Amino acid sequence: MTPYAIELHHITKTFGSVVANRDVSLAVNKGEILSLLGENGSGKTTLMNMLSGIYYPDEGEIYVEGERVEIRDPKDAYALGIGMVHQHFKLIDVFTALENIALVLDAHERYDLKAVREKARAICERYGFVIDLDQKVYEMSVSQKQTLEIIKMLYRGARLLILDEPTAVLTPQETERLFAVLRAMRADGKSIIIITHKLHEVLEISDRVSILRKGEYVGTVETERATEDSLTEMMVGRKVELNIERPLSSERHLRLSVHNLSVQSADGVRVLDGVTFDAYSGEILGIAGISGNGQKELLEAIAGLQKTLPDSSVLYYPDDDRDSSAEQLIGKTPRDIRDMGVHLSFVPEDRLGMGLVGSMGMTDNMMLKSYNEGGSPIADRSAPRKLAEEIREELDVVTPSIATPVSRLSGGNVQKVLVGREIAATPTVLMTAYAVRGLDINTSYTIYHLLNEQKQRGVAILYVGEDLDVLVDLCDRILVLCGGKCNGVLDARHTTKEEIGLLMTSLKQGKGGDQR
Amino acid sequence: MNSTLIAWILRAVPFGTIIMYGALGEIVTEKSGNLNLGVPGIMYLGGFAGFASAYLYENAVAEPNYLLCVLLALVCAFLAAMAGGLIYSFLTITLRANQNVTGLALTTFGMGVANFFGVFILNGRTATQSLVYRAFQTKMPVLSGLGALGQTVFGYGFMVYAAIALAVALHFFFTRTRAGLNLRAVGENPATADAAGVSVARYKYLATCLGAGISGLGGLYYVLDYNQGIWATTGQIEALGWLAVALVIFTTWKPLNAIWGSYLFGALYWLYQFMPSLLGWSLPGYVTDLIQMLPYVVTIIVLVVTSLHKRRENQPPASLGLAYFREER
Repeated sequence: MTPYAIELHHITKTFGSVVANRDVSLAVNKGEILSLLGENGSGKTTLMNMLSGIYYPDEGEIYVEGERVEIRDPKDAYALGIGMVHQHFKLIDVFTALENIALVLDAHERYDLKAVREKARAICERYGFVIDLDQKVYEMSVSQKQTLEIIKMLYRGARLLILDEPTAVLTPQETERLFAVLRAMRADGKSIIIITHKLHEVLEISDRVSILRKGEYVGTVETERATEDSLTEMMVGRKVELNIERPLSSERHLRLSVHNLSVQSADGVRVLDGVTFDAYSGEILGIAGISGNGQKELLEAIAGLQKTLPDSSVLYYPDDDRDSSAEQLIGKTPRDIRDMGVHLSFVPEDRLGMGLVGSMGMTDNMMLKSYNEGGSPIADRSAPRKLAEEIREELDVVTPSIATPVSRLSGGNVQKVLVGREIAATPTVLMTAYAVRGLDINTSYTIYHLLNEQKQRGVAILYVGEDLDVLVDLCDRILVLCGGKCNGVLDARHTTKEEIGLLMTSLKQGKGGDQR
Repeated sequence: MNSTLIAWILRAVPFGTIIMYGALGEIVTEKSGNLNLGVPGIMYLGGFAGFASAYLYENAVAEPNYLLCVLLALVCAFLAAMAGGLIYSFLTITLRANQNVTGLALTTFGMGVANFFGVFILNGRTATQSLVYRAFQTKMPVLSGLGALGQTVFGYGFMVYAAIALAVALHFFFTRTRAGLNLRAVGENPATADAAGVSVARYKYLATCLGAGISGLGGLYYVLDYNQGIWATTGQIEALGWLAVALVIFTTWKPLNAIWGSYLFGALYWLYQFMPSLLGWSLPGYVTDLIQMLPYVVTIIVLVVTSLHKRRENQPPASLGLAYFREER
């Protein structure tokens, strides 16, 4: 019996108190494409980083072609024939393709660019890569950079190639080309592990699928016997009872009407594509999706922090009466939006990066929202200080003093400070992104409770979350984003995790009218 | 050729050579991603150590050896400047201190050390009659006597030609060798270099220390040739050090550009003395300082032009000024 190309036995990896991988075992045959499937944070990338030498497992063993190995840094991985193409390419922008390939040469080999060029050409011909070796990396498209990364790994002698979400940045045509190359490599006896969220791609390219859920190994199935539904069920798992309360609010008025909202990234990709939905007062609208599918852009566009494409529209209804004058938010600055009396409170994804200033205390962070109030050139410190004390008191923020820099607080307490400040502004629309990320159960429930309180006060809440169980239990309706498009709006009371999971991973094509 | 023009060139080239050494060393340093603003201090250290060692050696030995004297000055200047680079490296690479602050502190430190010991040991003494001064001044025989051309092309000490050779060698090093490729990779994207198996810390240390050594030779050349073997406690070396930093930007981090760029800087700096008589003008004294700003003005123009074009080849190394910490990836 031929040994596996690579085997993982009982791998466990923890970061502090967070378990990224628990007792994961899997194996890849020679000449096989294995898909690694799982939700955000299920530990796929961490697991692969242990193969490429970036992390070292706490427990467990790795075997390459039947032999026990230790992979302590990227060099060890190269030596064992393991090459990983990361989501963020490891290329030098001002170098040519050829120079980037030469950079990974063994130091004792002679430095001879001509020989490098010939060997690289041979690799390209063998697998059908198309690349200009003299092109500078900064002039390349994302797909060309990815091709270069793969060539680089093959040049290094990779027999096992790991691709971390390779299709996330590619057009359908580029994906086809990539898959053709991967098949050629498989025919050549190479093993490939591909991390992806897209179910139809899993079914198209792979021989077997291994599934991870919350850091644990769920199982491996032959692709031939799998369907999108069966994979989704394995990926999201059975429903967990959370007992998050979901009060019904009596009043329900149209608050925000988003129409055809589109945002283009700096690379010219439509990260948000014609999103249309309504948000009502007294309602929590959940926004689900694999991370990077437009959630951040959606919230930022509404908050006035993103440039939108023409024909985008965000109408805000300040009064409960629908026929009253609606205000267009597109084209206004965040400051304009507030000056109009429109209260949008925004909890960004990156708590310390955008929401708070880490080196300032609670009081000063409160002042960030109030410094320009009142006509006096001297800022009023007493009101923010009082607010800081209130938040500390009511939300149980653990801090030595309200003057302690917030960066020294634990993640949960930082989050409480931020949410507390936004709520104190008595918003009519409250947008939160990953409000409970990294928080323990109790603190998470405190946050859910706060959001429910706001909902009953008549606030329209947009809740971007990643835990499907929470979304199903907390929200009233759930909007699912996929590839920057609205892939459906579901009634949270009558939906299942499987339904959401399917909408997150496979875009319904041309079925725009299917939104409930 | 006009005698004023010849005098101008004879002044501009040695002046340019000082800052060429400073700039070449700083290019090596910056290619590794370290922005060392301690160049003036390092040039002070090099100039002082080289001058003092040769001077003390000549006074201590009855019959000093000609070659040994020159070698001693060069080696001591290089080593003292490297020591400055080592301080900088330890602070910024190992301790990951802020590069700008560390560099500026090193400038103050180098000036202080050199001036303090300069006053106490050398006490304004000169080496005008010494071997080492003569060695640095020696022009090419025969060729330098061949009229105006010979005078302007061959009429300098050996350090001028060594600087040109060094610039060409560095160009070759950066573009044609594995170590050069690795060094550029470290300065552009240390995480990528690290993943490819390049030892980032080693390259940064070596480049910063050797770069400092090269910069230090500029200080030595200033004292032993340009300043005619007099240890001067004026702040001139500092001004030259900042010009060297400006020249690095002017060259867009390419050693070959340093050759003509440094001579251009020299010509612009001395424009006030030679241009008026060349054109038959007379200028009031206060204009002098304004004209001496020209190299900096040219640097700003270069910055504006390269920023407008945004050609990636003309930009500084991408991770310039940033500390590298593997665990942050």
